[in-house]
Amino acid sequence: MRGTPTIDRQLFAVSAALMFFGLLTLYSAGQTDVPTRAAGVWSRQFIWFGVGVVAAGVAFNLSLRLLEWLAPAAYSFSLILLGVVLVIGTGAGTAQSSNSWLSVGGQQIGQPSELAKVATVLMLARYLSSRKEPPRSLGDLLVPGLIVGVPFLLVLKQPDLGSAIVFIGIAFAMLFWAGIRPRLMFLLASPVLSLLLAFSNWAWGAYIVLFTALLVAWRPYLSDSLVIWFLNVVMGAIALPLWQRLAPYQQNRLLTFLNPEVDPRAAGYHAIQSRVAIGSGGWFGTGYTEGPQKRLAFLPEQHTDFVFPIVGEELGFVGVVVALGLFLLLFLTLLRIARRATDPFSSLVTFGILGLLFTHVFENVGMTVNLMPITGIPLPFFSYGGSFFIICSVCLGLAFRVAWDSRQSGYPDI
Amino acid sequence: MNGFDSYRVRERAEFARLVLLGAFLVLGSAFFRTQIIQHDKFQLKAETNRLRPIPLTPPRGAILDRKGEVIAENVPGYSVKLLAPNTDSLRAVLARMGRFVPLDTSDVEEAVRRFVRARYQPAPVFGDASFEIVARLEEHRAALPGLVIQAEPKRLYPAGKAVAHLIGYVSEVTEGDLTANRYPGAALGTIVGKAGLERQYDDTLRGGAGVRYIEVNARGRLVREEAGAASLPPTPGHPLVTTIDLDLQRFIDSIWPAGMRGAMIAMTPSGQVRALYSAPSYDPNDFVGGISTKRWRALNTDEAKPLLNRAIQTRYPPASPFKLAISAMALKRGLVGLETHMPTPCRGGMRLGNRVFRCWKKEGHGSLDLIGAVAASCDVYFYQVGLRLGLNAILDDGVLMGFRDKSGIDLGSEKDPIYPSSTGYFDRLYGPRYWSPPATTLNFSIGQGENTQTLINMMKFYQGLAGNGKAANPYIVRPSSDDVRSLGLTQGQLDGLRHSLIAVVERGTAAASRRKDLTVAGKTGTAQNPHGEDHGWFIGFAPADKPELVVGGIMEFAEHGTTVAPYVVRTLRRYLLGPDTVGTIKVKLLLDDAQSPQDSAPRPVELDPDSAAAQAVADSVRRAGAQQ
Repeated sequence: MRGTPTIDRQLFAVSAALMFFGLLTLYSAGQTDVPTRAAGVWSRQFIWFGVGVVAAGVAFNLSLRLLEWLAPAAYSFSLILLGVVLVIGTGAGTAQSSNSWLSVGGQQIGQPSELAKVATVLMLARYLSSRKEPPRSLGDLLVPGLIVGVPFLLVLKQPDLGSAIVFIGIAFAMLFWAGIRPRLMFLLASPVLSLLLAFSNWAWGAYIVLFTALLVAWRPYLSDSLVIWFLNVVMGAIALPLWQRLAPYQQNRLLTFLNPEVDPRAAGYHAIQSRVAIGSGGWFGTGYTEGPQKRLAFLPEQHTDFVFPIVGEELGFVGVVVALGLFLLLFLTLLRIARRATDPFSSLVTFGILGLLFTHVFENVGMTVNLMPITGIPLPFFSYGGSFFIICSVCLGLAFRVAWDSRQSGYPDI
Repeated sequence: MNGFDSYRVRERAEFARLVLLGAFLVLGSAFFRTQIIQHDKFQLKAETNRLRPIPLTPPRGAILDRKGEVIAENVPGYSVKLLAPNTDSLRAVLARMGRFVPLDTSDVEEAVRRFVRARYQPAPVFGDASFEIVARLEEHRAALPGLVIQAEPKRLYPAGKAVAHLIGYVSEVTEGDLTANRYPGAALGTIVGKAGLERQYDDTLRGGAGVRYIEVNARGRLVREEAGAASLPPTPGHPLVTTIDLDLQRFIDSIWPAGMRGAMIAMTPSGQVRALYSAPSYDPNDFVGGISTKRWRALNTDEAKPLLNRAIQTRYPPASPFKLAISAMALKRGLVGLETHMPTPCRGGMRLGNRVFRCWKKEGHGSLDLIGAVAASCDVYFYQVGLRLGLNAILDDGVLMGFRDKSGIDLGSEKDPIYPSSTGYFDRLYGPRYWSPPATTLNFSIGQGENTQTLINMMKFYQGLAGNGKAANPYIVRPSSDDVRSLGLTQGQLDGLRHSLIAVVERGTAAASRRKDLTVAGKTGTAQNPHGEDHGWFIGFAPADKPELVVGGIMEFAEHGTTVAPYVVRTLRRYLLGPDTVGTIKVKLLLDDAQSPQDSAPRPVELDPDSAAAQAVADSVRRAGAQQ
């Protein structure tokens, strides 16, 4: 024991730096020569910033034990909201066509999917930490699968592919942290691989042979092997019908990911303009608030999903490296906190938060340079948006609490 | 829980750290690739995204007359263009614009058509907008997104219709021109010369277009007029100094009888064109900034064909002025002398075979020598000269004198004259036995038949007569070549022919135009016109003893050369004596009652080649040749 514990200074510094960076970028997003919706968002984001700090404070003051006890209730509540939003939800902002918003009396009060992300983290952490052993077979994965699968499907139904992907990220991160064997994770992921490879008969044939060989070599439970093998075959078979059932805009997004020039005016527009803005930044960029692609509104959604290209255009590669470095530092800090947590629940919650934020960052930043297909997914601390900012703050609040707890029990600060 | 012992947690943390580092390395290298390696490519894309090039029209070179007076210059004008993201929004803005300034449907359609052709360039709405239009548009600029008003030099021809055919006009290059590469270096929207000197010396006059960039936003809307990108100023075209005497050109336009079709050319004996006029004319200023469809259609459908340059593009039978060419051929070959009388005196006609070929004067001229025959324009005399020469000699010498070639004037649209190079021409045209060489010979002797010449080409021959017997290429800016055709006459023969031409004006067919203070030499002519009234010719030069200017005119349906003569004489006097001495000439008068010279071209003879009559004709021709 070394006197009065303080909050984790590293986490505080890096989150403060990211929030500051985010607000600066959001301010620049509004500085355009053409009127856009982004004009005044930075000032409104200040309100969300205040609310977020309060929310983080509240989260910080909640005991992890209380949260563990509350998890099923919070989880059920968020599922109900997700169900309700499917019926009476409205579209807004960048997700105009999906029913992702909950409105009361015409006032939009938030996106339940954001709440569901944290609730799922808590619920999954509670389940995984209550087990004596990490899951060893597919049967063991049934319950975790359900915990993540139900909100995943509800969000997918909105449809909000970007948010749905986050649940997958959370699930894989937490299962990994709970200690399931990598080969089981691979088996779990294999049907998706099969789905992707099914577009080439030759590749899929080679894959299924290789996969069968792996099953023989690894010898998981026989029932698991059969189920997984069967699933792989089914996925390969339904790939084409599934593709045809996708809405044309979804097909276009995937196709333009492979080659944005297929449709430069419509589906490929975001991918191209985002890269043009980033690419024209060069080493040092055009200068803060000066980026012409942003100023002239060539950059689409510059205050939400495509806020990061502003960093690329105006601050150049140097600015990008600084921003990415801050995110990396945040994740390494979270990793350290998760590692030193006092108990499995706290550790899993922290790592789940890491998975949640990492999925957001990797997918959002990746899509701006055409590394990932374009889905509507905001960038933590940068993108404009109330519920998401609050959820990110709450996540940080929880992490601060975990760090606080572990230091109270004697882990040294690093 | 077993899964959370410190060893296994550390193991997983190490793995997670590697995954995180790997993921951020991937992201970082993706940005490195985009921002550093592909920077140039995206930089270029970014600029083409937001910068729209606006071509800057260069000022065209001025065209000056020989004294430095302006024939064509530039004055400040305004072009109105619209920048639009798509056709619909262009139409919307045009509709709004129509509320402020007059804009009819065809203007709108034209602007849309131009927009579709080059979407990234502003679509021209008004090529030459008045100051009032510009002021009204500026006033409502806020309501007209994408409005680009640009000060541009525009062409002005102060002399207007007086110089139309000489100077030509300018207009925007067409797609056809570009495909055919008629104007190397021109691009869509470039103003080029379409006719006359503007066309001929377009590469000198045009200059190089500059470019300026304006900044647009994602919807193609104008954001900043002055983008940061460097603009390239246009290179002005070079001025052109011509041999034209603008005062004389205007004078011809002012005296030209209203409604009369025809042409007049004035040039020095060395080939410098002082004036070149064609009527009816048009105002080349109408073409500046784009001629209206209505006006263009009117010009093209006008039965009088105002766009036709009658000085170089219309062929007329050379008629009596050609008698000088026949004289020159005969003199050169030594077949006649200046005082030679022909065996058959003129009794109002001449019998050849079974036909009588008439002279224009029914009562006849009697026996004349060459000088007298030229002065009186006696057909019978020249029939006999022609028979002495023979058709082959007429054709050969005519080709040598340049009647088969263009004059070579530096105006690109000159038409070739028609002049057969050998009798094979008639064989091909009519069949070897279906034309009559003697009748053709007689036709050619008086400038009729299958011989049509442009005014400029006849001028070239007379310029040789007026000068030293050498016909140089006429030119307005510079000669197209230095080759000079010699008429092959001695100085004595030249003097003799000149005397005969003086006699024409002093006491011959053009005596009515004679004035005491200036001796003019010249020749009238009446070109047979199968479609209506005959065309009148007069080509003359002065002062007769030492010619300084040759002036030729042709007036369609004027019936007689004597109608033309006074205009030519006035033009000569204006140039040589200055403005003050010119009084009004009462011309018409004499013609009504007096008998006028007329070229009585033989009607085409249709002969069965095997008939006795045909034999007789052939024999008589042979005999006539043998007599020499």
